Amino acid sequence: MLLTIADVEHVALLSRLELTPEEKEMYRRQLAKILDYAAKLQELDTENIPPTAHVVPLQNVFREDEVGEHLPPEKVLANAPDREDNFFKVPRIL
Amino acid sequence: MELCDYTAHELHDMLVRREISCEDICRSIFKRIKLLDKKIKAYITVIEEEALMRARDIDQEISQGAEPGPLTGIPVAIKDNICTEGLRTTCASKILHNFVPPYNATVINKLHSQKVIITGKTNMDEFAMGSSTENSGFFPTSNPWALDRVPGGSSGGSAAAVAAGEAICALGSDTGGSIRQPAAFCGVVGMKPTYGAVSRFGLVAFASSLDQIGPMTRDVTDAALMLNAICGHDRWDSTSIPTDYPDFTTFLVDDIKGLRVGVPKEYFTEGLSPEVREIIEKAIATLETLGANIVETTLPHTDYALPAYYLIAPGEASSNLARYDGVRYGYRADDADDVVDMFIKSRSRGFGDEVKRRIMLGSYALSAGYYDAYYLKALKVRTLIKRDFEAAFENCDVLISPTTPTPAFRKGEKIDDPLTMYMSDIYTLAVNLAGLPAISVPGGFRNGLPVGVQFIGKPLGEGTLLRVAYSFEQSSNYRGKRPPIVEEVL
Amino acid sequence: MASYEPVIGLEVHVELASKSKIFCPSTTAFGGDPNTHVCPVCLGLPGVLPVLNKQVVEFGIRAALALNCEIAHFCKFDRKNYYYPDLPKNYQISQYDLPLAFNGYILIEGENGPKKIGITRVHMEEDAGKLVHQGTISTTPYSLVDYNRTGVPLLEIVSEPDISSVEEAKSYLNKLKAIIQYTGVSDCKMEEGSLRCDANVSVRPVGSDRLGTKTEIKNMNSFRALQKALSYEIERQIEVLESGGEIVQETRTWDEGKGITLPMRSKEEAHDYRYFPEPDLVPLVISSSWVDSIRKSLPELPDERKERYVKEFDLPPYDAGVLTSSREVADYFEACVDLYPYPKVVSNWIMGDLARLLNAHNVEIENCPVKPRQLVAMLKLIDKNVISGKIGKTVLEEMFATGKDPDVIVEEKGLRQITDEGSIEPIIDQVIADNPKSVNDYRNGKEKALGFLVGQVMKATKGKANPAIVNQLLRKKLN
Repeated sequence: MLLTIADVEHVALLSRLELTPEEKEMYRRQLAKILDYAAKLQELDTENIPPTAHVVPLQNVFREDEVGEHLPPEKVLANAPDREDNFFKVPRIL
Repeated sequence: MELCDYTAHELHDMLVRREISCEDICRSIFKRIKLLDKKIKAYITVIEEEALMRARDIDQEISQGAEPGPLTGIPVAIKDNICTEGLRTTCASKILHNFVPPYNATVINKLHSQKVIITGKTNMDEFAMGSSTENSGFFPTSNPWALDRVPGGSSGGSAAAVAAGEAICALGSDTGGSIRQPAAFCGVVGMKPTYGAVSRFGLVAFASSLDQIGPMTRDVTDAALMLNAICGHDRWDSTSIPTDYPDFTTFLVDDIKGLRVGVPKEYFTEGLSPEVREIIEKAIATLETLGANIVETTLPHTDYALPAYYLIAPGEASSNLARYDGVRYGYRADDADDVVDMFIKSRSRGFGDEVKRRIMLGSYALSAGYYDAYYLKALKVRTLIKRDFEAAFENCDVLISPTTPTPAFRKGEKIDDPLTMYMSDIYTLAVNLAGLPAISVPGGFRNGLPVGVQFIGKPLGEGTLLRVAYSFEQSSNYRGKRPPIVEEVL
Repeated sequence: MASYEPVIGLEVHVELASKSKIFCPSTTAFGGDPNTHVCPVCLGLPGVLPVLNKQVVEFGIRAALALNCEIAHFCKFDRKNYYYPDLPKNYQISQYDLPLAFNGYILIEGENGPKKIGITRVHMEEDAGKLVHQGTISTTPYSLVDYNRTGVPLLEIVSEPDISSVEEAKSYLNKLKAIIQYTGVSDCKMEEGSLRCDANVSVRPVGSDRLGTKTEIKNMNSFRALQKALSYEIERQIEVLESGGEIVQETRTWDEGKGITLPMRSKEEAHDYRYFPEPDLVPLVISSSWVDSIRKSLPELPDERKERYVKEFDLPPYDAGVLTSSREVADYFEACVDLYPYPKVVSNWIMGDLARLLNAHNVEIENCPVKPRQLVAMLKLIDKNVISGKIGKTVLEEMFATGKDPDVIVEEKGLRQITDEGSIEPIIDQVIADNPKSVNDYRNGKEKALGFLVGQVMKATKGKANPAIVNQLLRKKLN
């Protein structure tokens, strides 16, 4: 499987990860090997086979429209790495 | 034998006879933890004080006349990917090193209502991704039977704790074999229930369509007791199966006459080590002696389970693990210029190599232009694998197979070669793809290392699985065997 | 120089009025202190799972039926993966290849009569949270995140690119809003964000059947913004093409302050949402009996109601259209007509003076201080000659300001009409004496001068004299 460094950089960006040049090469090699192995699936003719996204055939699972308890703000923010008042605080967006 | 070496049902009998107290059991457990866990490192977090306090509370209730339930006062270890209110839950990841959930997983509430005593949170491969617990973001766990070997994974901490007397029972989670494989490596019983039988609410997701919580215990009876405690429909899990679950202890019957036990031929090919093969063949012979009908069967798409699994599970994982971004909880890089930079730095430093590998693999399989060839293809192959099992179960009541191709391997042996590591789940992961229940029970020892026998059941066929596992267990003499390190320190 | 026509498609997000969120029991109430309307599920904490709110599905079907859509027999949820700090899971649960409904349309008044605007699809999804900045997003040193809105149910309604003018876009959105409001599944308040609109815009030479490259316009927070942004973008694209340039396919944001659209800056160039089936939610199978029962519960919709007004009340189509464009206005109108069987008179007052007062005070008709009963009472005072139509306007203003009944106001303010000839005559005599020129003009055949003299009498009586009597007495005295 031909997997380029650019491919690795692309999926790293999609995944919000940054990699050193050595890591890029390591992952390129490893991912290529796994994808090669995955290519084995192409041996199978699945033209008329439906996909299985859910293994248990359940449908129409609902809850009624009722308001429940909210988490108190102190618990909401207890794990927050940074906060201001009752907001989560993040570095600038742009 | 110390109290911490007994099974839950044995301890229950002693509690009922008022021979011991819950505090006695608890003290025995923490004594063992202090003695051994420096070497085994099964736990990430131990909560001795809370546990003892709770034990004393329960003892008081008993002294006031409360009849102890089957799991009352039993010390149970919880894999660290199951949320416990007020108790740090890390998934063995630096990115969640300080995360304290404000809520309990459904299974934790269920265990509390059974008055079990939680001893702490056990080590695992980071986010349950791995087969050796070497991928823990904190430290590896050792196999109690051979400290230079891995306990398996990802529920390696839970398996090691139960094997070493650091807990009586434990909860693990199983996405591709993460309960059964470490159970086999550590010589304990590990059960993955039918997908949807145990609520996933509060289980930190790895691959949502495959994950399932299950018990890890010293024997099959304890597995049935734990299953009774955690099974059941949960309206907060849309994939939970709404059905009446039986009392699983009613299946603990030493009788499998006429039971049709299928032997899938694809599970006995070249990848299987001779020592494991020998033990499984002996197990098959034992079952035959007990009156079971042994049937050769076939699961033709077995070879495709691993590649399908390694597209589906990482695909779901890449999305499930997107939320670890440093905004609401967990690790945040504090030297970021802007929010995107903060996401990237937090995730790059917070996740370990294997997690990154799977996130990227999954993102790739889902990305534009590759979805049909990889992810969708894998979902279709999943259908074929599910159909294989359906066809096999037309002529069999359960299937028997090895749990793992080899006994526990050495630390470091496979860590640099992901694909070889993945191969150690070759006999377990098809079960997750098909959503079936399966159990691994100790089948014997080779060179001092335990070997597991796996039984696979029909959907919601936990009862039959417990029956065959129980009968097999009764005919063997591996119960009560303790790892050499336990004997040494005593 | 070739002339161009725009091709516009609108993507409208409507917030559904369920009490709790789409996948958890947190409240959907607007406002609230930051991060108080949240639970572990909508905060996206590790380990949580979504469970679908049945009401959301029923509201979705209800709206889709009102938009003449086909309802899917089988649909499912998918994850749309992208990173943004207001999105707690960094994916949005939405619907991708199998939406709730599709193939609908609505009718708008086009330049050449009714025009059908196709609706491609209708799907359910969850809303994101809110970012609070100091100043603007590009200058703020940091941002604050409030997850109260996270998980509020949204219906996304995607139109076909059938809209060919700014005017039509406005009509489409107005009509869509009216229909949704009629169904009761959303209050569609643009200012509270319960109705949001993005647009896909391209231009092409008139007569061409090829689509030009489109841009997506976001951040249009009012009908005015929609009109201004679309006009700007159409002009911009034409200018680019006229100067030999090419349109770049991109997302642009409407800058209300500057009155221009700007390309959205984004570090992530790779827009790849990596949709896949949501494993935590099971599929929806919608039976025809379910759909039928919802269809039966649908109220009369704007088009039907308008038609009925023309037939039943003999109103001009224009009046019928205005009155039925909002369910609340139509309900108000009908409440009045129930008490007072002169539809055209009621219509004139509602569309005229009442509409003006509501607009001026920025009040919705459902909160109007003048209740239908009171408006009718005022109309009856006019009919009984207790007040004139002109004084009626004054009385209505006072009713609007105080909420008092019209007869009370008439008494308190002494607005009762003077119909007693004995009290009017002396005033008329005085006006005749004071205005000899006008009196002469009238006598020399200038009919207009009479109007002036009537006006003087009315002025002297503060409008209270009955104009018909004044007219009659004046003529008698002058002839």
